[in-house]
Amino acid sequence: MNGALLDIGLRHFLLVSLVVFALGLYCVLTRKNAIGILMGVELILNSANINYIAFSHFSSGRYDGQIFAIFVIMLAAAEAVIGLAIVLGIYQNFATIDVEATDNLQG
Amino acid sequence: MEHPFEVSYLRWIVLLPLLGAAVNGLLGATLQKRYGKNAISLIACSVVGGAFLCAVAAFLHIWRLGPEHRFLLDTLIAPWIHIGDLKVDIAFWVDPLSAVMILIVTGIGGLIHVYSIGYMHDDESYWRFFTFLNLFTAAMLTLVLGDNLLLLFVGWEGVGLCSYALIGFWYKEHANTTAGNKAFIVNRIGDAGFTLGIFTIFWGLSSAGHGTTPVFREMAPVAHYLQTVTVWGIPAATLAALFLFIGATGKSAQIPLYVWLPDAMAGPTPVSALIHAATMVTAGVYMMARMHFVFSLSPVAMNVVATVGALTAIFAATIGLAQNDIKRVLAYSTVSQLGYMVLGVGVGAYAAAIFHLLTHAFFKACLFLGSGSVIHAMGGEQDMRKMGGLKDKMPYTFMTFFISTLAIAGIPPLSGFFSKDEILWKTFSSGHAGLWLLGFAGAGMTAFYMFRQVFMTFFGESRADHHTQHHLHESPPVMTYPLIILATGAVLAGFLGVPAALGGGNRFEQWLEPVLAGGHGHAAHAVEHAVEASEYLLMAASVGIAALGIALAYQMYYRKTLSPEVFASAGGGVLYDLVYNKYYIDEIYQATFVRGTLALSWLGANFDLYVIDYIVNGAARVTAFLAWLNGWFDNLVIDGIVNAIADAIFAIGNRLRQVQTGSINVYLYVIVGAVAAAQFLPRLSSAMLTTLLIVVSIGLVVVGVLALLSGRRPLWRPPILRGGAPESH
Repeated sequence: MNGALLDIGLRHFLLVSLVVFALGLYCVLTRKNAIGILMGVELILNSANINYIAFSHFSSGRYDGQIFAIFVIMLAAAEAVIGLAIVLGIYQNFATIDVEATDNLQG
Repeated sequence: MEHPFEVSYLRWIVLLPLLGAAVNGLLGATLQKRYGKNAISLIACSVVGGAFLCAVAAFLHIWRLGPEHRFLLDTLIAPWIHIGDLKVDIAFWVDPLSAVMILIVTGIGGLIHVYSIGYMHDDESYWRFFTFLNLFTAAMLTLVLGDNLLLLFVGWEGVGLCSYALIGFWYKEHANTTAGNKAFIVNRIGDAGFTLGIFTIFWGLSSAGHGTTPVFREMAPVAHYLQTVTVWGIPAATLAALFLFIGATGKSAQIPLYVWLPDAMAGPTPVSALIHAATMVTAGVYMMARMHFVFSLSPVAMNVVATVGALTAIFAATIGLAQNDIKRVLAYSTVSQLGYMVLGVGVGAYAAAIFHLLTHAFFKACLFLGSGSVIHAMGGEQDMRKMGGLKDKMPYTFMTFFISTLAIAGIPPLSGFFSKDEILWKTFSSGHAGLWLLGFAGAGMTAFYMFRQVFMTFFGESRADHHTQHHLHESPPVMTYPLIILATGAVLAGFLGVPAALGGGNRFEQWLEPVLAGGHGHAAHAVEHAVEASEYLLMAASVGIAALGIALAYQMYYRKTLSPEVFASAGGGVLYDLVYNKYYIDEIYQATFVRGTLALSWLGANFDLYVIDYIVNGAARVTAFLAWLNGWFDNLVIDGIVNAIADAIFAIGNRLRQVQTGSINVYLYVIVGAVAAAQFLPRLSSAMLTTLLIVVSIGLVVVGVLALLSGRRPLWRPPILRGGAPESH
């Protein structure tokens, strides 16, 4: 806690988190591959995790944030399972996982 | 007339025949099949016999009472009409007048019932005949026993109904039913007058402030108030009397409503004897005698009655001169004799009229039954030109017929002489010399046509064909005994009323005096017993003209020294034609009233068909047109609006659904965009928010309208029919 260069604070964590979120969002919005989108979602979730832990570390000193982060990891796992199952279903129906091809719900 | 005796057996006089009619009417067909015709006639005759015994009991009852107390009342039968002040009960009374009537109806009616056993024996509708005969008797007894005007009217209509049913008894021949209809319809005309008379009396009495009572004994003391009330200057008494007289002209077959009676001969002969000679047709005379307290108030009405009576007497007699049908002669004779009775009423000699009613009931019933016996023997033949020489074949019938003919011709000392002469004398003595002359001439004609009938039927050579001659026979005792009894009555009944001039004291008139002397004016005047030389003179003249008539008939139809053709061709035969064709009265009525009615009904029918129906159909057409217009408006405008809304919504939806791209990327962009936009919403003022909302709404509507106008589909087809799921890839 004394080095100038290594004096890493909350701001740095939030910055990293922002970058990861932006990357995830970009990935979600631009990918045509369903699995790519899922991966983007993972990035977004993890950016949120970073925020949780950072806020937790720099504010109360208790472990609420960490516990929530573990919840989110667990949720991400479940989400990945369901998401992949859906992708598998899509593939069986359309023989592709390109989300632009699966516009059956178009009005 | 105070404190009448209340007795309870009077009702049986009416109820017994009614019971007989009910039993025979409801069970008759079965009884006849199971027990034979004798069961039917046993019931029918025994109930009338029972009624006769009750009538005799009632007669003896009042006979023993003092002249001022001769009055029995049976009020306990049933209340009938109680409205406000009007109280009418089904109540019967017997006073000297109705006592005479019930004896005639049950006595002579009973004999005719017995006679019918023989006469109707071969008829299959035996039970129906006796049912109506009993029903008639009950109705006629209601008429004469009813103690009020309304009950009298019930009986009046009842006898009319039975008359109609019995005239058309052999309904399989159309002429008979037509005759029945004629009788019924002509009587309706009279009945209209009768009801108007009843209304006039009610109205007049209540206008004078004396209540509306239909009961005779309560009406009589206040009747003179009818003179105080006037309608268009005519006293209500005159009006009421004339209306009642119209009723009497219908029922008692007077000019101008007599035309039904000759046709009524289509019925079985016992019916002619009972209804159309002895009883029903005298109901008008009875009614006028009963209502004498109204008639006596109006000299005008009395003069009308007397004139019509006298004219009918001679008019019908002239027609009778030339008829060849044995029953038609008797029918016109009946009309003529009824004319005498009405003449008697018209000159205030009510007692004499009732006396003639009584004697006429005997001899005319006997004549009709005798003619029935002849017709029976002749196998249904009624034309006198085909008869002749029957006196040896049918001695009883001939004797009774001959006696009755003497009686009706007015040969002393038979009954017709006393009664007819009484009327003629009262006519003359009350100052109606002209009417007397008419009646006097009619008496001569009566003698002529009756003896013409006797000579044509019973004397000379038989003109019947061989078969009929072979068949000739005297009628069975069940038919001849009534004839003998009636002929005896025709001989003896006159002695009830031997006039004072012949030393008799006129007991019949004295008997009726308590009833008939209650009135004012004529009646009291007529009771005077002035023995004048002119009375003997008139009697001698009557007998003389009767003898003249008989002699003429004898010369023409027995000795044949005078040819009827000489008389027939007098005046170029026009007179004979006129009389033979009954003055063409039927034809005139046919041409005027019947045709007129038919023309009127034709007019009415066409008015209905072309005007009323046109209006109705027009209304229907207008309605249909309006409905069409309505439908058009509904289809085009209302449905158009409804469909337009639906189409607009559909079109909006159609546009809006394109928001739903199905592309996950687009959704994600929208989410991100919306989240980003949401950052700005809290910073907007409420005015700007409202504006935003309005802009969005207007945008939606504009989109909808544009979508509508670009419509790919017709407006009026409901969207649901357009089918087609949203298009898919």
